[in-house]
Amino acid sequence: MTVRRKYEENFFRFLSFLFTAIIVFALVQIIWTIAKKGVPSLSWQIISQEPKGGYYFGKDGGILNAIAGSFYLAVSATVLAFIISLPVALFMNIYLIRYQRLLIGIRFFLDVLWGVPSIVYGAFSFTLLMYLGYKNSLGAGTITVAAMITPIMIRAMDEVVKTIPIGLQEASLALGSTKTETAYKVFFREALPGFATAILLAFGRGIGDAASVLFTAGYTDYIPHSFSEPTATLPLAIFFQLSSPIEEVQNRAYAAAVILTLIVLVLSVSARLLKPRK
Amino acid sequence: MILSRKLKDSISSKWMLACLSFCLLLPLAIGSGLVLKSLPLLQSHSLKELIFSEDWFPSDNQFGFWPFIVTSVWVTVLALIISIPLCLLSSIYLTQFAPKWVLKFMRPVIDILAGIPSVVYGVWGLLVIVPLVGDKIAPLFHQDSLGYSLLAGAIVLAVMSIPYILNMLLEVFRQIPVELGEASLSLGATKWETIKHIFIRKGSSGILSAFGLGFSKALGETIAVLMVIGNVPQIPQSMFDSGYTLPGLIANNYGEMMSIPSYDSALMFGALLLFVIIVIINIIFRYIIYKSELI
Repeated sequence: MTVRRKYEENFFRFLSFLFTAIIVFALVQIIWTIAKKGVPSLSWQIISQEPKGGYYFGKDGGILNAIAGSFYLAVSATVLAFIISLPVALFMNIYLIRYQRLLIGIRFFLDVLWGVPSIVYGAFSFTLLMYLGYKNSLGAGTITVAAMITPIMIRAMDEVVKTIPIGLQEASLALGSTKTETAYKVFFREALPGFATAILLAFGRGIGDAASVLFTAGYTDYIPHSFSEPTATLPLAIFFQLSSPIEEVQNRAYAAAVILTLIVLVLSVSARLLKPRK
Repeated sequence: MILSRKLKDSISSKWMLACLSFCLLLPLAIGSGLVLKSLPLLQSHSLKELIFSEDWFPSDNQFGFWPFIVTSVWVTVLALIISIPLCLLSSIYLTQFAPKWVLKFMRPVIDILAGIPSVVYGVWGLLVIVPLVGDKIAPLFHQDSLGYSLLAGAIVLAVMSIPYILNMLLEVFRQIPVELGEASLSLGATKWETIKHIFIRKGSSGILSAFGLGFSKALGETIAVLMVIGNVPQIPQSMFDSGYTLPGLIANNYGEMMSIPSYDSALMFGALLLFVIIVIINIIFRYIIYKSELI
């Protein structure tokens, strides 16, 4: 009996270790595969040039249009999402702090919203665009991605603001400041380090998502100069170039995948470094 | 001076409230927008026909979503069959058996896995999983397969859903009171017996919710699955067959949907279907989590 129990204990200890190792191995395998395929085709030309004539038949050019487009899109979407998320997170924790049931309801709702897949956001925005008579553009893509990352950002910020003790709010109000001043001068400053993580998280989500911009941002060989122009994005650049039968073009897709993976790696490492120690 | 501060306060409060209401109204807007757009289709076809019919001929005005629904559910279930044991046992290892530094080391690993964009997973799937399924796994089962199959989609999806499920499971195991485990250990149970009989039972609702939410997350995944599953509108007979998922259908056809009548309506109906299913799953499992946190 005892031997069997000991055997079982060791077996599962080993099995659970093995499964953890498999997960680590999967990550290493993914990064290794992408790097092995993509790094050889990575060159200064790819990073620094827009596609030139005949690019999609393997001629000269690069994917600067997609890199720049992705950054424009992700940065403006993150800014827009921040403008909406900050007031909501502060409002929830200052004005609604006395209404715990309502607060639970709102958090519940935002969590559900988080689960909505990006393709649904994309399809909905596309319908709206058609209805309003607008074309695919950087602006439309920005709004779609912002709508998609806002719930993520609010919940991430909310988690930070939630930890601020209520005493701080009471002290600020007791000194005669209004709720707005409490929110933006006291709470905002207190939560700022934690916000950085929330912003990076949302930014990473925004730059990597393909399904939501597929409908809305369009695709172009040029770097957009205004919000009304269409824009290329890195995920779509990878997706479209990969479906080309020409090997040169496919290799550039792998190179683009390396660039996108690098950006995401940097983002997630810096998010972790910026996270305040508890 | 005081007046302007008060004014500022009232303007800012209203702005905050407006932002909040906007966020709360957004899903309603999405839902009703999609319903409005798919109404023309619902008027000419019955709901039963749309969902359960197998005939997908947009140019003949026949829209049967059944193959897409079946494939989506199949792929997602297969993916969960792969990722559930992985996530459950490794979350047990990380919280119960392993020294602290292993968990510290795993956090960034999970972060990065969660951060990798789905299109990169798709590239990886094309390079590694599709050949693996086509050349190695399918012959093992004496099947012919190009590799673009449900299984390939499921493996990619399984890896993608690991960080999501694992994070929730780690949280579940973290919340279980230490005393509970100590009581069991002091009664002579081994560590594994304690986990099996106490921790898993105590965390069962949390664990179930993690799987449920993982399911809904995987169901909505688009690009990565689209790249490896082959995109043939058919009801797959085995896991080595190609299929076509619902999100993939929407993503692949937006270009031509304006040229065929009621095609756009049909695709928006597909999006609506996806939206409704996922929101319902989310509500159910979030509610279970919420209930279990109260106890």
